[in-house]
Amino acid sequence: MNEFDVVGKSVEKIDSLSLATGNARFTDDFRLENQLHLAILYSPHPHAEILDIDDSEARKMNGVVDILHYKNVEGVLHTTAGQGYPEPSPYDTVLFDRKVRFVGDRVALVAAEDKDIAGKAIKSIKVEYRILKPILDPEKALDKGAPRIHDGDEFTPIPVKYSPERNLAAEIEIGFGNLKKGFKEADFIVDEVYTTQFASHAAIEPHAALSYLDEQGRLVIITSTQVPFHVRRIVSMVLSIPVSRIRVIKPRIGGGFGGKQEVLLEPLVALVTLRNKRPARLVLEREEVFRSTRTRHPMRIRLKTGVGEDGRITTLKMDALLNSGAYGTHALTVLSNTGAKVLPLFNKIENVHFIGRSVYTNLPVGGAYRGYGATQGYFALNQQLDIITRKTNQDILKFLKDWHIREGETSDVFRALGEGKEGVSQIIKSCKLDECIDRGAKEINWYEKRDKKIRARGDRVKGVGVAIAMQGSGIPMVDMGSATMKMNEDGSFNLNIGATDLGTGSDTILAQIAAEVLKVPVEKIIVLSSDTDFTPFDVGAYASSTTYVSGGAVKKCAEKIKGQMLDVASGLLESKPEELIIADEKIFNKKKGKAVSFEEIAFHSLYRENQFQIQAEASHFGIESPPPFIAQFAEVEVDKRTGKVDVVKFVSAVDCGQPINPKLAEGQVEGAVINGISYALCEEYNFGSTANLLNCSFWDYKIYTTLDIPEMVTIIVESFEETGPFGAKSVGEIAINGPMPAIANAIYDATGVRLFDSPFTSEKVYNRMKEEGII
Amino acid sequence: MMEGIFRINGKEKRFTFNPRSRLLTVLRENGYTEVKEGCKEGECGACIILLDGRLVNSCQVLTASAIGKEIITVKGIGDIHSPHPIQEAFVEASAVQCGFCTPGMILSTYYLLKDNPNPKEDEIRKALDGNLCRCTGYVKIIDAVKLASRKMGEK
Ligand code: FES
Ligand code: FES
Repeated sequence: MNEFDVVGKSVEKIDSLSLATGNARFTDDFRLENQLHLAILYSPHPHAEILDIDDSEARKMNGVVDILHYKNVEGVLHTTAGQGYPEPSPYDTVLFDRKVRFVGDRVALVAAEDKDIAGKAIKSIKVEYRILKPILDPEKALDKGAPRIHDGDEFTPIPVKYSPERNLAAEIEIGFGNLKKGFKEADFIVDEVYTTQFASHAAIEPHAALSYLDEQGRLVIITSTQVPFHVRRIVSMVLSIPVSRIRVIKPRIGGGFGGKQEVLLEPLVALVTLRNKRPARLVLEREEVFRSTRTRHPMRIRLKTGVGEDGRITTLKMDALLNSGAYGTHALTVLSNTGAKVLPLFNKIENVHFIGRSVYTNLPVGGAYRGYGATQGYFALNQQLDIITRKTNQDILKFLKDWHIREGETSDVFRALGEGKEGVSQIIKSCKLDECIDRGAKEINWYEKRDKKIRARGDRVKGVGVAIAMQGSGIPMVDMGSATMKMNEDGSFNLNIGATDLGTGSDTILAQIAAEVLKVPVEKIIVLSSDTDFTPFDVGAYASSTTYVSGGAVKKCAEKIKGQMLDVASGLLESKPEELIIADEKIFNKKKGKAVSFEEIAFHSLYRENQFQIQAEASHFGIESPPPFIAQFAEVEVDKRTGKVDVVKFVSAVDCGQPINPKLAEGQVEGAVINGISYALCEEYNFGSTANLLNCSFWDYKIYTTLDIPEMVTIIVESFEETGPFGAKSVGEIAINGPMPAIANAIYDATGVRLFDSPFTSEKVYNRMKEEGII
Repeated sequence: MMEGIFRINGKEKRFTFNPRSRLLTVLRENGYTEVKEGCKEGECGACIILLDGRLVNSCQVLTASAIGKEIITVKGIGDIHSPHPIQEAFVEASAVQCGFCTPGMILSTYYLLKDNPNPKEDEIRKALDGNLCRCTGYVKIIDAVKLASRKMGEK
């Protein structure tokens, strides 16, 4: 229905050939002369006070140049969350503390002439600890008499509930309607508890950062970050140097998924460079990535729903406990997202109550992770709905269609739950979820397979399950992106954007948006992104914001360029701008039968008359956050002898508005789905007796490979979001929400066993079947 | 320190290196940064190269053991001006997201197609099992291998 020239076409990703030929450079690919290599000493204890550090041995070692720890580095409280300012996460972290709060917490750092020396030197640093009692069970964190994990001056920069004296990192409560009345109206109650586990982002490029001083003595940081502008601000704050003295560059980055939103390494390399006036390099080993960076927050969600005999949900109570680990990064916002991105989808439930608490524990630290709390929430809710519809003999697909939010509707949750403050109310303008459900069901052959317990080879039984979800498109009234553009003599354009391409292809789709406005092929748009000296501000790549928010900025910017070109052309063609049309890199006055080429326009403006540079800038922030929608279907085979679950087919039907680049959009869905299936079936952290992570390598922390993946079908349903650039909404996160609940529901369909606790390992499924007397 | 001559992408190179060093480290230090380091433990395949025609994780190879041998990296099969059909296929199939796994994926594909120009789906999956990718879900990577096989068949 919408005719576009460039948008909606799967043009080649603009950096893909340079990546495929090994030309493109990632952080660790940059050469630095005379650099220092850094190594970090981590805590072996989950909770301890550092009584003393003796680095004298290490300092004597040949090649050791500098050693940092609490004794010689000022402790500036901050959060590593890498969010906008002021952050909704507590300031509870300093670079080097007197206390360690998880196995993998940072104790000291060595800068040396080479990596081996740095690695040896950290081993000869002597640390005297006073062991403290740890909290390893989030359920016990709030108990009276529980050890206190943060007992300094930590605070929240915005007024939100925060009680470190009780180990409470965040708390949120909202409600509508009348819960009591809702329960009274119910004929029965479904009350279940769902728990999800730790998981690593497992981006294949480990976290890396470099720094050096440029010719002017300014600090340059090259880093694998999702948030270059926040890195600049946070490094400035933590090291007390002006923003004007810092330049942050994000080169190609090898995947982020939320894990590289954290500002962990940048202040360290920067500090070493500033102290020693030498370049510094810090690239984490895989083991360090597992042990010391961030994870998906484990959650325990209790859902209590009142249900009528007729299958109506009269009331819903969601009680969420988020294990934030040792620090509170994203503790509030992931938690609030569990309500904010999940509850509005079922806006017809009249009586709703959401209470969430995030607690500190002495375990690895949660952070942003694709899906951002919605994933955990949808795991619970989609199973609960499966339970309810089975109990009331309803067709779940019909039920989902009856109860989900629709175009023209709203939810009180949008207004009530924002990022550490009230949210922004919005009316849904595009929702093709019914079609997603129908097309997905058809593709998986739902009605032929559901409730059939079809036998497969050996003792295997088949089952199918469904899950639906929504996400957002940026944080409304908060996230801002901007762009600048200029025109060159040959009719090409430079597009400079702060937006951060993590491999998602955002550079490409933003170029497509500019190309669409100007009616040029995408090759005519030269993209430079994520360099704080050369590109305008952007909050960075998180919250599914880039297409919608940064895309909005690019569209506005290109429209301004077009306006200037039309002005020049109207002079040259002696026409009014309204009489002119743009096509084929020319501007025409059809009536007069005259045209000027883009090249002539550029030459004219640069060299001939009333010379000026055709250039523009634009900023954009979302006043709403239109959700994309998805319906996901899993077909599994469960081996009754072993409990092994195989996903044989997985279907995702998504409404992401108008896809700017369909193949890249599919790629986002496919990547998220496989990550989601892998999370549902095998990814988890195993801890040893001292709360030390045992499986910190890809041998022991299994992620999916080509041999594990099921048949995958991704359907992009036609949709158009009027507030988005050329009708687009987000697509980066949403597809990770469905796999876990869809698989759990499919396992039930196959076996009659509910999995309330992820991941669904063979052992767990086997034991549950035993418990239920199925085998 | 040790010294040795290697033949890399058709050119003779002399490196000095620590006798205990891994080939991955030495290659990267000498500018072959197209060979990526994802784990250094032989699990991810980002560091894959061809060593005397065999596919190896260069992080698992002692540099000393590769002296005098023929090394091919992803730059050795094609460059941005004249890419190899496999590199083109990865681009056309949208199989490159972050691209960190891509050099290894492409070399595994190259190795597969050399002996088996028309692989079946399960042969492709088996051949790429040692290459981890967290971005793509592998769907478009498998498409790319099929496309590459068609492209090379036409030539
Ligand atoms: S770096 Fe060699 S296999 Fe991962
Ligand atoms: S494309 Fe990012 S790891 Fe494969």
